[in-house]
Amino acid sequence: MTEKISEDQVKHVAELAKLKIDDDQLPYFTTQLDKIIGLFETLSEVDTDGVEPTSSVTDQVNVMREDIADNWHQRQALLDNAPDTQDGYIRVPTIIDESGSNE
Amino acid sequence: MNFETTIGLEVHVELKTKSKIFSPSPVEFGDKPNANTNVIDWGYPGVLPTTNKGVVHDGIMAGLALHAEIERHPHFDRKNYFYPDNPKAYQITQSETPIAHDGWVEVEVNGQKKKIGIAEMHIEEDAGKNTHESEHSFVDLNRQGTPLIEIVSKPDIASPDEAYAYLEQLRQIVQFTGVSDVKMEEGSMRVDTNISIRPIGQKEFGTKVEMKNINSFNYVRKSLEYEEQRQQRVLMSGGTIQQETRRFDETTGQTELMRVKEGSDDYRYFPEPDLPVLDISQDWIDQIAKELPEAPNKRRQRYVNELGITDYDAMVVTQTKEMSDFFDQMIREGADAKLAANYLQGSVNEYLNDNQVELQDTKLTPQHLATMIKLITDGTISSKMAKKVFKAITKGEEPKKFVEEKGMVQLSDPAKLQPIVNSVIADNPQSVEDFHNGKDRAIGFLVGQIMKQTHGKANPQIVNKLLKDSMNK
Repeated sequence: MTEKISEDQVKHVAELAKLKIDDDQLPYFTTQLDKIIGLFETLSEVDTDGVEPTSSVTDQVNVMREDIADNWHQRQALLDNAPDTQDGYIRVPTIIDESGSNE
Repeated sequence: MNFETTIGLEVHVELKTKSKIFSPSPVEFGDKPNANTNVIDWGYPGVLPTTNKGVVHDGIMAGLALHAEIERHPHFDRKNYFYPDNPKAYQITQSETPIAHDGWVEVEVNGQKKKIGIAEMHIEEDAGKNTHESEHSFVDLNRQGTPLIEIVSKPDIASPDEAYAYLEQLRQIVQFTGVSDVKMEEGSMRVDTNISIRPIGQKEFGTKVEMKNINSFNYVRKSLEYEEQRQQRVLMSGGTIQQETRRFDETTGQTELMRVKEGSDDYRYFPEPDLPVLDISQDWIDQIAKELPEAPNKRRQRYVNELGITDYDAMVVTQTKEMSDFFDQMIREGADAKLAANYLQGSVNEYLNDNQVELQDTKLTPQHLATMIKLITDGTISSKMAKKVFKAITKGEEPKKFVEEKGMVQLSDPAKLQPIVNSVIADNPQSVEDFHNGKDRAIGFLVGQIMKQTHGKANPQIVNKLLKDSMNK
């Protein structure tokens, strides 16, 4: 079987997804992901000559709403459902602002 | 060794739509934390975004104002990253198909005109706001989903002064479209910069350093000036520039290291599956082009060429669209252009600064100010009297009515002024003699006496003329 994904790549993707994977679990996930990618590759058997690339799988185009503000007044319910709040804010562990921006 | 500088700027501008870009929550500032949020803004499972048509409209408008090509088939993309102010763990933005690309802004530095290219401009959502304390951080999602446009310049900017001029022009151009307030101090305009230097003649760009969220145009210029010098010192002493993000310290005027960049960021962009693609018709673009207000540089040309005011005056009255519209309205009401410009940059600006208000939030109207100016030009009131009239119109009073009620009409009739002139001449023989001996100040004293007798109502030009004629007989 040709490797479609390496253990290093699996490790990298896990880090990006904030998933903790122990080194001894790596072969297990790598094999599984390799099979999944293999399954997706069957899609490449479809002849797509002359088909325009698309970024959407629906036929919908230009579904937009008018710019009208509507406050659903969900503040209290949302705060009640948050794990931790204080004075109307969501309270989270201290963040070190490493990015310095909100991109 | 001589170096050349390459600067690129990324500018985020908050649009002032009524609702957010993908949810109908209101876009309002200063409300209680999380008051303007709903399940969509919080990224709850199962919710779906819907594109706000107003944001697409404003994006097209800003793109047209920047002379850019409008993308006819744009879609949105997902940018994946984890941060508490971003509850979905992704930002909906545009990466593959920005709504506008290849525009330009013309700047003038030291009398030299130059076009700075815009690589692309896209629409996206803003994140929430974090505040930090020692034990915890606090998240307010009111800003989450506020529409932004991000304008990315080409690396055409060759000096900190050009960067400053570019930002000033960009701010004005966007402000005149009316899609944003573009205020650095309120966060509706945010600037990230990157700068590199290279020996003149070298083909490849040098390693670039990023600086984020610098909060005034002046600090942008200062931070770039510092960074230009720092990089030169490093290279001249045989060092290398590392790719890093730096922060500008406003108190020392220096930049300092925040973090070193290791590899490029991996945001795993992919087309946003929850939003249908857009198909922007030429008709819609044409219609928005028709709505586009006249650009500030066009207005300046018109003011100088057709109204005959100076370049400087034209620059001052085009600081904001509101000011420029106000000026245009005054001209239509028949006010003298030079006086109108003078009053806007003098009394009006003073009034706005003293009261910390915006022109559109005052009771001043172009009709009232134009009427007052016409009263000055036709000699009804003196410019001294106009001070009182100006005060009245800041309170919303009609100037003609005010002048009549206060009996402020200027005395310009020579038949009425001549007897007063005669008596003042008779009472002040010394001054008359001084005048004949060439002392110019003497005439000022005599005018003052006449003003005193008429309680400031005499028309100074007429009085001057009558005095000179009488004494020269």
